[in-house]
Amino acid sequence: MRAGDLLDESLAGLVTRPGRTALTILGTVIGLGALVATLGLSRTASNRIVGRFDEVAATEIQLTSRPQALGEIDPALPWNGPSLIRRLEGVAAAGNTTAVDTGDALIRTAPVRDPIRQTEFRLAVQAVSPGLFEAIHADVANGRLFDEGHSARGDRVVVLGRTAAARLGIATVSNQPALAIGDDVFSVIGIVEDVTRQHELLASVMIPEGTAAADYRLASPELLLVETDIGATQLIAQMAPLAVRPDAAHVIKVAAPAEQRRVRDNVESDLELLFLFLGGISLLVGAIGIANVTLVSVMERTGEIGLRRALGAHRRHIAVQFLAESATMGTVGGVIGASLGTLVVVGVAAAQQWTPVLDPELPLLAPLVGAVTGLVAGLYPALRAASMEPVDSLRSGT
Amino acid sequence: MIAIPTTTEVQLTDVWRTFGEDPPIHALRGVDLSIGAGEWLAIVGPSGSGKSTLLNVIGCLDRPTAGRLELRGQDVGQLDDGDRANIRARELGFVFQSFHLLAHRTVLENVMLAEVYRGEPRRGRRERAAEELQRVGLGGRVDYLPTRLSGGERQRVAVARALLGRPHVLLADEPTGNLDSVTTGSIMQLLADLHASGITIVMITHSETVARAAQRQVTMVDGTLAEVC
Repeated sequence: MRAGDLLDESLAGLVTRPGRTALTILGTVIGLGALVATLGLSRTASNRIVGRFDEVAATEIQLTSRPQALGEIDPALPWNGPSLIRRLEGVAAAGNTTAVDTGDALIRTAPVRDPIRQTEFRLAVQAVSPGLFEAIHADVANGRLFDEGHSARGDRVVVLGRTAAARLGIATVSNQPALAIGDDVFSVIGIVEDVTRQHELLASVMIPEGTAAADYRLASPELLLVETDIGATQLIAQMAPLAVRPDAAHVIKVAAPAEQRRVRDNVESDLELLFLFLGGISLLVGAIGIANVTLVSVMERTGEIGLRRALGAHRRHIAVQFLAESATMGTVGGVIGASLGTLVVVGVAAAQQWTPVLDPELPLLAPLVGAVTGLVAGLYPALRAASMEPVDSLRSGT
Repeated sequence: MIAIPTTTEVQLTDVWRTFGEDPPIHALRGVDLSIGAGEWLAIVGPSGSGKSTLLNVIGCLDRPTAGRLELRGQDVGQLDDGDRANIRARELGFVFQSFHLLAHRTVLENVMLAEVYRGEPRRGRRERAAEELQRVGLGGRVDYLPTRLSGGERQRVAVARALLGRPHVLLADEPTGNLDSVTTGSIMQLLADLHASGITIVMITHSETVARAAQRQVTMVDGTLAEVC
């Protein structure tokens, strides 16, 4: 039997029963579509989670004071902590931030009290070292950030977070707005639109650290935030206390994300395992569908099998024909399923504004997986068809 | 004018076919039969007499339990499954009572199927099949589905399919069993024409009238050839 004849006979077996063939293929489409979609979605979701880990959590260290032992009054974190820790290789940025106690002072922008609308607000005031803006990736919407000079001179300038600026009714700094914290007047020099860390700062009024120390008698920084290079977190976390306080490293408390890499890998593999399992179940259901329909088809086509045997078909010709039919159905199902699965991944990612991530080989492998599924599913029916005796098959009619 | 057989096409010597063991059923009991090349033989007999079993054994669709079966001098009784399939493809043609046409394939495709398992080149197959259909008077029906044909026309398609393989022996199992008397006459005329062209025909039938059209008749009773005339 020639290969072209085998192909013709197999295709004819499929196209002459289009309804049944389409329904059988649908099983594989659903199975492989689900497999591709779930693998793609798991990869997309884990990529997003992993991205978050890498970008933010995996590169962040927070240094604070340990609860002081009785009698120890020496502040734990020095003002120059950021410059000390910047000397370490692997530190990308560092800065202090401290909540300022302004007592009962409210914050207002208008010099007069308007009885109709609220003009005074209770907003958090944060003393911030200039380096912190870099560590939190502050995105300046308007104006500028303060620098070491402002801090050293104790200038009365503020940078507002986006939310705080909106509450105070300040949209731009082009008209040189000012605000008052209690009775102290500050110039607003900038508005921060977004940050990647310390999101509470967006609702805060940020003043230079030096200004806070001078005007509000700030004793020491509360928090030293350090951004490291990817992969340097654990090492920097070990060295940071000694770098900041070589004389008393034990008073520094370090908060570093533990074992980021392992957590990330676990999340990724857990997600993939879960979705692989679900996709595998779908594929199994599809394979059972093919096996079932092929078996029914063999039973229905017993007379045809007898005729082919009478015309000289060997057992292997019958087996190969049914295998080719089931493999073709699996391959077509794989192509359609992979296409639909990819569309689902892209669609879901677009709806969620995620970046769709899919192994490039997955859509290419899916038709192959479909073909193998079809072959495996068609094996038993094909062998059963091949084992039929021609006389018995012919007796059943066409 | 009936051709006189000169060489032996089919030779059965003490052929037995037994089914089951408890108790064994002997469908053929020591059949001896010689069919000459170009001969038209009719095997008649009542239902259950063993005539279909005999045709299946001659057609290599079934294997004799004992005895010797020769086709054109070659012992084919104990050949393996693949070799018997090759003989069916190259030496034999079949016509069945229920036609055995593939309902979803056209008349032409049904006929072309005969060459698929012979390993014949695909080139020219369509033309050869159309030629055979022309020969049986169905040149205008090539693109029809079998379901649109009458019983007689379907049987002609089956004959055309059997002829496409250029068989030495045409085996017909009740070829007129599902046909009315008029259609039966036309099919018998077709077989007579084929016989005249030199093809060996072995036909089983339960109709004495149909059997009389053959050159020679044998009667089967209880697995044995009871009468030869």
